[in-house]
Amino acid sequence: MDHSITCGRQPGETSSGKDRDGAAGYTQKVPGIAETTPDRHTRGARFRITSDPLDAAATTAAVETAHCGAVSVFVGLVRDHNAGRTVIGLEYECYEPLAIKSFERIASEAEEYWPEVRLAIAHRVGSLQIGEASVAIAAASPHRAEAFAASRYAIERIKQIAPIWKREHFEGGDVWIEGATADPDNEDARRQAMARAQP
Amino acid sequence: MGELDRQVPDGATARVAWETLTTEFPKLAEYTTVISCAVNEEYARFDRRLNDGDEVAFLPPVSGGSGDERCPDPGSRN
Repeated sequence: MDHSITCGRQPGETSSGKDRDGAAGYTQKVPGIAETTPDRHTRGARFRITSDPLDAAATTAAVETAHCGAVSVFVGLVRDHNAGRTVIGLEYECYEPLAIKSFERIASEAEEYWPEVRLAIAHRVGSLQIGEASVAIAAASPHRAEAFAASRYAIERIKQIAPIWKREHFEGGDVWIEGATADPDNEDARRQAMARAQP
Repeated sequence: MGELDRQVPDGATARVAWETLTTEFPKLAEYTTVISCAVNEEYARFDRRLNDGDEVAFLPPVSGGSGDERCPDPGSRN
């Protein structure tokens, strides 16, 4: 059974697994901070869905500026166990256009709380092995407290509202992991994310 | 992800579109209380009225990011 259904007009590529921003993405070597140019702060670089291995340095580079005193980088990895099962690997799917918009929304929310924070979020799709990175978040800020808090806020919100799904392959079978019912307007969820970001 | 084209009556809501699908695919009905919906690539409420050509997405509970938090709250650790 398909895990989500769309009906109506046929959209363009959604979860084909191809990198959406192609040449605009940061798959090349990362230049130094001194090379910051305006076009580095493009939507393509800051918010990405990709089937390629994640590059946390590139995610970081997307938000670094001369104003930054801190960048907090969170990288989520595929772990070898879950709920008592021995995990072999994970398979991620997403509804890409809405996932990118969700990342943008999360960054906007973070900026409401911490106006000087800039977020970059990259999420991988496709089949991932143990130890591979599924998500990379970089939060840049003049000061470290906001950077730490915003990166934590971002991962909590991703788990709440980003239309991304994972199928766990474990010894003996596989299962879709079902987490939160996505509702960006749920204020309780947002408060919960903030409580975790700033205990 | 699957994609389908379906006709719904004029003025139908996203909920009507979902009910059309659950009639066709009864196994989907178990998701009725937990799905979200999006219209034209934006989250929407189920009472959203649909227009010709709208793309409606029904989204099961999401599970992106990385592993779930298991450690106790910092405040209760000591």
